[in-house]
Order: sequence, then C-alpha cells, then structure tokens
Amino acid sequence: MTKSIVMSSVRFRYEDMDMRFDLKVEAGAFLAVIGPSGAGKSTLLNLIAGFEDPLAGTISLMGNDMTGAAPAERPVTTVFQEHNLFPHLDVWSNVALGKSTDLKLDAAGEAQVRTALARVGLTGFERRKPKELSGGERQRVALARALVRDQPILLLDEPFAALGPALRREMLALVQELWRERGLTIVLVSHDPGDARQAATDVAFLHAGRILRHGPMARVLDATDLPELVAYLGRPE
Amino acid sequence: MRRRRLLAGGAVLVVLTALVLAALFALVTTGIEGRGGTAGYIAGVTLFTLLQASLSAVLSVGLAVPVALALASRPAFPGRRLLLRLFAVPMALPVLVGVIGILSVYGQAGVLNRLAEWSGAGALPPIYGLAGILIAHVFYNLPLATLLLLARLEATAPETWRIAASLGLGPRNVFRFIDWPQLREALPRVLGLVFMLAVASFTIVLTLGGGPGATTLEVAIYQALRFDFDPGLAARLAMLQIAISGAVVLIVGGSGQALGVEPALGRGSLRPPSKSSWSLFAIGLAALFVLGPLLAVLIGGLTPALGKVLSEPLFYRALLTSLVIAAFSSLLAVAAAYGLALARAAHPSRALETAALIGLVVPPVVIAAGWFLIAHRLGVAQPVTPLLVVLLNAMMAIPYAASVLLPAVHATAERYDRLSASLGLSGMVRFWRIDLPLLARPMGLALGLAALVSLGDLGIIAIFGGEGLTTLPLLLYQRLGSYRTEDAAALALLLMGLSLALTWLLPRRNREEGAR
Repeated sequence: MTKSIVMSSVRFRYEDMDMRFDLKVEAGAFLAVIGPSGAGKSTLLNLIAGFEDPLAGTISLMGNDMTGAAPAERPVTTVFQEHNLFPHLDVWSNVALGKSTDLKLDAAGEAQVRTALARVGLTGFERRKPKELSGGERQRVALARALVRDQPILLLDEPFAALGPALRREMLALVQELWRERGLTIVLVSHDPGDARQAATDVAFLHAGRILRHGPMARVLDATDLPELVAYLGRPE
Repeated sequence: MRRRRLLAGGAVLVVLTALVLAALFALVTTGIEGRGGTAGYIAGVTLFTLLQASLSAVLSVGLAVPVALALASRPAFPGRRLLLRLFAVPMALPVLVGVIGILSVYGQAGVLNRLAEWSGAGALPPIYGLAGILIAHVFYNLPLATLLLLARLEATAPETWRIAASLGLGPRNVFRFIDWPQLREALPRVLGLVFMLAVASFTIVLTLGGGPGATTLEVAIYQALRFDFDPGLAARLAMLQIAISGAVVLIVGGSGQALGVEPALGRGSLRPPSKSSWSLFAIGLAALFVLGPLLAVLIGGLTPALGKVLSEPLFYRALLTSLVIAAFSSLLAVAAAYGLALARAAHPSRALETAALIGLVVPPVVIAAGWFLIAHRLGVAQPVTPLLVVLLNAMMAIPYAASVLLPAVHATAERYDRLSASLGLSGMVRFWRIDLPLLARPMGLALGLAALVSLGDLGIIAIFGGEGLTTLPLLLYQRLGSYRTEDAAALALLLMGLSLALTWLLPRRNREEGAR
C-alpha cells in the first residue's frame, strides 16, 4: 500500500519537551491521534501541516519530500478547533478563499463552492457572517472549504471539541462520509477515545512527545500491555 | 513571513535608535564645551523635577484610590457611564487647554478667588509655582489613575462575589480580602506611570511654574536653548533628564499598556452595591474637580473674542498646520507601531517593547533639542524643521499607538496566522484582505490617539516653531504670553472642541472581538 504521510526521525523542541516522531500513514487511512494534553498531539499536526518546521528529519506527503515547504504548498488542509473563519468575511468568501486568495473565481470555481456548501448542508447561508452561525455551522463552513481545496490529506485538530455529544457524533459522521466519498487520508487529533472508536481505522497514542503505539483502532484501544495507555484510558468498566 | 515581520520591526528599531543616538551625540558633543548653568542651578532644577513628580504621583494616586473604590462600590447609578467618559476627557485634552481651564478656576481672576473675595475671606495665594503644577498634574492624572484602578477592581471574578456573599463579608472585610489585594498589585505601576508622566511634563510647568524656583528639567532645557542660547547647558540637562526617566522605566517596568486605557463601561458586577454616603461624596468631589476646568474653558471661550479669532486668517493657518502635522505624524506613528507589533508577534523581545516606549523614556523635548542643534549646525534648519516636527511628534505618539496595536496584532496573529498560512495568504493580499479589516478598529483607535498627542503638543513645536511654523497650541501659548486672555480663552475652546470631536470619532475599543 502507498503511504500518504511519512515522518522519518522528525525532531522538534517545544519549551522543555524534546519530541521525536516516526510515523507512516497509509493512503486512505483514518488515523485518530490520542493522548494526554501536552503530549504533542497538536505539534504533530502542525509539523505535518507545515506550521512548524522540524529541527531534524524529513516529512514526505503523497510521495514527495515536503520538509520545509510552506503550508499552502502541501497537499494538506487543516480544520482547527476554533478561528477557522475570518470574522469579517461571509460564508461564501470564507469558502471561496480555499479556491483563490484574491477571491476571483471562474464559473467552475463558483460551482465548486456551491456544491461544497450544499454537501455540508449550508445552502442559503452564503451571505451570513461567522458570528451569525452556531458552533457546528462554523465547523461545517470549514469543512466546505476543505472540500473546495480538494487536498488528499485532511488534518483535524480537535475540531468538534467545543460541541455537544450529539452534534459531535453527527459532525464526525459527516467527516466519515466525506472521507469515503473523496478517498481522503484523515488525521484526527482528539482527547476523546470515543471519537476514535466511532470513526477511525487506526489509532496513534502519544505520550511525552513520543508515539508509543500505532496500529489498527481496536488493537490499540483494547491493549492492556502499555501502562501509559492503560493509565490514560482508565480501567474499562 | 516570520522573517519579514522581524525585518519590519527591526527597521523601526533602527530608525528610532538612530533618531535618539544622533540627538544624544549632538547634545553630548555640545555639552562638553558648555559652561553656562551653575552646579547649584542644575541641582535645584533636578531636585524640583523629582519633588513635583513624587508629590504629583502620590497626590493623584492617593486621591484616586477612594474615588476608584467609591465607583467600584456603586456599580450602577444613573450617569455612571457618563462620569467614566468624563474621566477619560483629560487624557484627550491638549495640556494647554487644561491649563487655561485650571487658571480660570484657581487663578488670580478665577472663580474660586472671586468667591473667596466675595465671602470676605480675602484673596487666595497665587497659583503659580508648586501649587499650580500639582493642581494641574492631579487634574490630568487623578482621572487616569482612577480608571486604571477601577478597571483593576472590576476585574474581580464573579465567583469571588458569590463566595463573599455566602460568607457574609462586611464592607471592611471586602476591602481587606478582595479590594486591597487588587489595589496593592496595581498601585506601584500606576504610581510609576504618573511619576513618569510628571517627570516629562513640559507644558504645565512652562505655564504654571514660577521662575527658576519652580522649573523642571524639560522646561530648563527649552529655556537654555531658546532664551539663553546655551546648547551646552541644554545638553547637560537633557542627559540628566534621560538618566532619570531611564531609571524610572527600569524600576517600574513598561507601563505602556496603561496608556490606551478605556474604562470598563457599565459592566454588570455581582458586587453588592454600597449605600454609604462617603462614596457619593468622593465621586461628587472628583466629578466637580474634573468638570470645573472643562466648564470654565467652555464658558470662558464664549466671548466676542471667539468671533474675532474665527475671522482671523492666522487661526486658519495654525489650524491647517496642526491638522497636517497631526495627520502625517499619526500615520507615521501607527506604521511604526504596526511594524513593532508585527515583530513582537513573531518574536517576544524586550528590545521591541522598550522601543515602543521610547517616546516616554527619552522625552521628545530632549530629542527635539538634539535635532535642533544638528539642524542648526548643518545650516538646514529652515527646510527640515517641518519634517523634524512630524517625525518627533510621531515618536512621541508611538507609545500610545503601540499600547493599542501590540495586543491587537498579537491576538490576530495568534488566531489567524496558521489559517492564513494554510490558505497561502501572504504579503499585500493578506494585509489588505485580512489584517487591515480585522485590525480596522484598533488601527483607527491608534491613529486617533496619535493624532490627539500631536494636536496637543507644545514641547516640540516650542523648540522648533516660530514665525514660519505655528500650530494651534503654539498660537494659544503666544496669545497667553502677550496677555490677550480673551483670545487665548477662545482658542482654548476651539482646541478643546477639536480634540473632543476627534475623540468622539474614535472607534470604541471592543473587548470581545466577535472573532470566534
């Protein structure tokens, strides 16, 4: 199988923590990254997205070495927990920015924006400003922009953490549908193992800047031989 | 992106440093050959500078404490918001205008004196000297200190009030366990800020000081340069002034954030409202103290002289000069502050924060003195004077512009840098499409604050100005100097109107940017 994300001997320092990452993600995988806060989950995502540059090591995406490349040049789209939308731009412009930074769209581009908004259920919301949307709707706009950007890798940095449980399951289901339709590779950072159980094919467990375990979802989540993981998940009921 | 931001801040840093160092060099080289000014005179001026600044700080802040406590203990009464707005007025008021107002209340021909004579108590002692300087400094700094302390008192968490209520804390214990700890933390910084402003105070001492016995370093520098033609003395005084301000900044730390203060207007608090009468008394007295001179300017300016001033071409020339200088210097100040803010957002550096405060650390009158010497030595005073006035006004306004832009730019970068980077937004596209709209409010506020600083300036224009270059404050000062009191009063009213109109146009600082 081809790999869509390969991190080899990547090193990074954040404050006093020394992080080392080796990671291979299969094309088409849905990887959930779990672990205690401060373990380096978001840093891992920032390194893949290009918001941070590693001190050493290489990162290749879709078979190309992308170490040091600018975020916009990478075959990656990120949806953050918050501040995904520019507050002074309406929904249409926020999505259209994914197509063209000067907001000049041709007919095909406009059609793409329209389709994407329809796909996330926001037809008719084009002229609304982010502050007129609910938390879930704002994240749908961010997903619509991800669809318009049409990159093979989607990074999700706790995007639904602020939503209630029902809405969160619904959004996760939507992400899962998009994943199947588009054949995406998804990396989801989450502090809730329940998210991983619902949607992921694979799980990586991070602890103190290291990936301690990475494998198929059930095998990682049900493991009993890794004290840090058992401590993090707590005893099964 | 990071590198470009650091470059922007670095460029501002280099220009500011060059401005200061060139002026200092000119002052030092002239200072060595100077001879005027006895050691006794210099020591006297220095001591008086420190004395008036200490007294100003203690009085302003000491009186602000009960007023802030009174306002905090009465979180909702009719007119409270208006009162807090009133307290913000002196900050926007050109200093000379405030001086006119204070003279019409406390001066020889002032309201109080007439009341005293009418009641048979006899004339009050003359205001000129330490007393006048202190009254004026308290007029300007008591409201500022009150707003700063009140903001602190109102920052008490709602939970604290719930706990206080459930424990049944009385007023004394509320003060002891809740208010006092907040105040104690804020007091050193507020005292330091007022001290610093008083050390650098020029206009008040120039107009209300009385002779060599009540002169500060800033004014002595100006007099040495413009009246005694003794640049050497000016230089030595300037170096003393820098040493003092530098020491204050080192001790107190950057109080720059405090400059762009805006009161927490009518924020609901869970604090139990007080019913004590002392708080009403304190609030009323403070309101009267601030309102009196403002009303005096308003009433004193409405004379036939107002029509006469408004028909003089001289007035319109001064108005135009003031506006042009304010426009250019505020744009320059905001551009510089934005550059510093960008770099500061990319890299947390002490140097950048200090640079933002340079207009406070190194008093503009000092830098003006240095550049006055340079321009005259090179024989280019005539053509470059307007340029220097704009440049130095901008430098003086940078702390105010930066106090707004530094946190705003930092917050925007924190929220939208990654998103912008992932979308490939950069350079000018990003500036026009994203950063400028997001920062429109703080930018407007910074521009307005910088323009206000420049509109009220007397120190820099007094050093450079003259026949060719006359701003409104300088015209007002000249009228005051030639005892054309009615003209001065009319001009003060017009200048107050201009500044308050500008304040009214300023965008309100939004506490909760609707950004989520």
